[in-house]
Amino acid sequence: MHPATTRPPTGGLRAGRATRSRRGRFVPYVFIGPAGLLFLAFSLVPIVIAVLLSLRDSSTSIGDGEWIGGGNFVSMGSDPLIVTALRNTLVFTIGTVPTSMAIGLALAVALNRPLPGRGVFRALFFVPMVAAGVVVGVVMSWIFNGDYGVVNNLLEALGLGRSPWLTAPGWAMATLVIVVVWTRIGFCMVIYLGALQSVPAELKEAAAIDGASRWARFRTITWPLLRPTTSILTILNVVFSLQAFDVIYVMTGGGPGFSTTVLIQYVFRSAFIDARMGYAAALGLVLVAILLVFTLLRQRADRKAEEVL
Amino acid sequence: MAVLETRGRSATPRARRRHRPRRWLLVAVLTALAVVMVFPLYWMVVSALTPGGQSQSGSFYLFPAEPSFDNYAQVFSTQPVWRWLGNSALITSLGTALSVVVSLMAGYALAKFRFLGRGLLYAAFLVTIMIPIQVTIVPSFLVVAKMGLVDSPWAVILPTLFDVVGIFIARQFMLGVPDALMEAARLDGAGEFQTFFRVVLPSCGPLVGVLVILGFMTRWNDFLWPLVVLQGNENLTVPVALSTLTNNPAFSSPWGAVMAIATVTVLPLLVVFLAFQRQFVQGIASTGIK
Repeated sequence: MHPATTRPPTGGLRAGRATRSRRGRFVPYVFIGPAGLLFLAFSLVPIVIAVLLSLRDSSTSIGDGEWIGGGNFVSMGSDPLIVTALRNTLVFTIGTVPTSMAIGLALAVALNRPLPGRGVFRALFFVPMVAAGVVVGVVMSWIFNGDYGVVNNLLEALGLGRSPWLTAPGWAMATLVIVVVWTRIGFCMVIYLGALQSVPAELKEAAAIDGASRWARFRTITWPLLRPTTSILTILNVVFSLQAFDVIYVMTGGGPGFSTTVLIQYVFRSAFIDARMGYAAALGLVLVAILLVFTLLRQRADRKAEEVL
Repeated sequence: MAVLETRGRSATPRARRRHRPRRWLLVAVLTALAVVMVFPLYWMVVSALTPGGQSQSGSFYLFPAEPSFDNYAQVFSTQPVWRWLGNSALITSLGTALSVVVSLMAGYALAKFRFLGRGLLYAAFLVTIMIPIQVTIVPSFLVVAKMGLVDSPWAVILPTLFDVVGIFIARQFMLGVPDALMEAARLDGAGEFQTFFRVVLPSCGPLVGVLVILGFMTRWNDFLWPLVVLQGNENLTVPVALSTLTNNPAFSSPWGAVMAIATVTVLPLLVVFLAFQRQFVQGIASTGIK
């Protein structure tokens, strides 16, 4: 373990240095080694297997199933569920990402100035981040439960009647969006707060002296300076939304019907319920393609916006 | 980036007085929103303490009429809850410890050494951030199954040890560690590992804190991967077990039992959060500053 202890007593500075540089070449590999091996075994190999698997008609393991080339990708074309899954993913992403970012930004701006109890507010808005997705899922299922849930009990007490929060197709998706926004607000707020603190105060003060209204100052100074943060947050939130599994799995399991089956839910279903591992791998690769295209487009849009500025 | 700590710029006293009514309106709005944000967690605790009769009713209430620990007693006596907690604790602590060491070492190599393939390796690492779990979940399961690890804690621990975000954060931090520090240690005759563990690491306190908290949170809350590789009821982690409880026929009022386990799941992280709020927020924030 400790090279220092195995080193022979050196006869001088020069000799010591020579040994070190010869041995030194191996040192970085020793430090990077564990990460490299784990990367190989649990990232690189699975990705290669995913590609191979997507070309096979496999049910359970890599060895079985026939080589069907692009067959899995072809059968996606005639799978009505993939259209449903893609549409649900899109609705879910569009419903969650801008909403949580807008609320997070509003809270960050509100809490970036002196206010009584500011620290407490920040902590309270952040707390939902700490709860596991599964906990959020079961607690929200209970809160939005049709017969005994507190939301419906309250609505009925107010004379507004009960709503099928999780049991009617359109409602279930809306409820999931609300729940996921609830978990995401604190994260967006924290990231925006960090960015707001690097907006120079002098700029805003100068604009205020020039008579710019609070809104004008936000729109012309703060918002453009937040652009990189907004860009990163958009990408992160889209990735989160595409990977959102826990809450959906627990609250609706993709139902009622397939009304909340998003892409990751469908991959899980194909692989571990329908036992179509090959098809699931192909679906996963399609998702990566979507993510890559989205990130590239987003980055190009940002670059264009910077050129305009 | 001490998000929770920094103070906003104070306005002049006159401006502050002028804005006072609006400021209190803002505080009122924020308070209302805070109530909405915290309510689900409050309701989780209330429901866990509400005996079956009241919770399974259609009438509105905000407090349990007769709070009791019946739900806890019932679920702890019929389910291997301590086993679940033990599994989660083992997987979380061992996984976090090993993963933090791996990340620190890799970050050190990437930040402080020049070696063949460094750029390529680092780029390859970063690309995996883009690869969603959907793609690797099926093949990773096959790899773990080939190793004969299904249903063992190692099936959960091993594949999550490689943590790109952790390596990234570690590298960024290590770039700021002065080379002179390492040189001095080497001139004093310290070996490479001594230099790393005795000299470099002690100057990385905040980094280790962030990595530990992040690792602890993601592992404790992890769901999809343990769901896939764990099968026997007594081998489950708490979140996976929690997800199975809603349709467990063992309970007269499943919701009370479910909420009891939900509180048990959240409690450790809530304690960590309250104790290390600043590091927690910093950790979360640093994942966003890619």
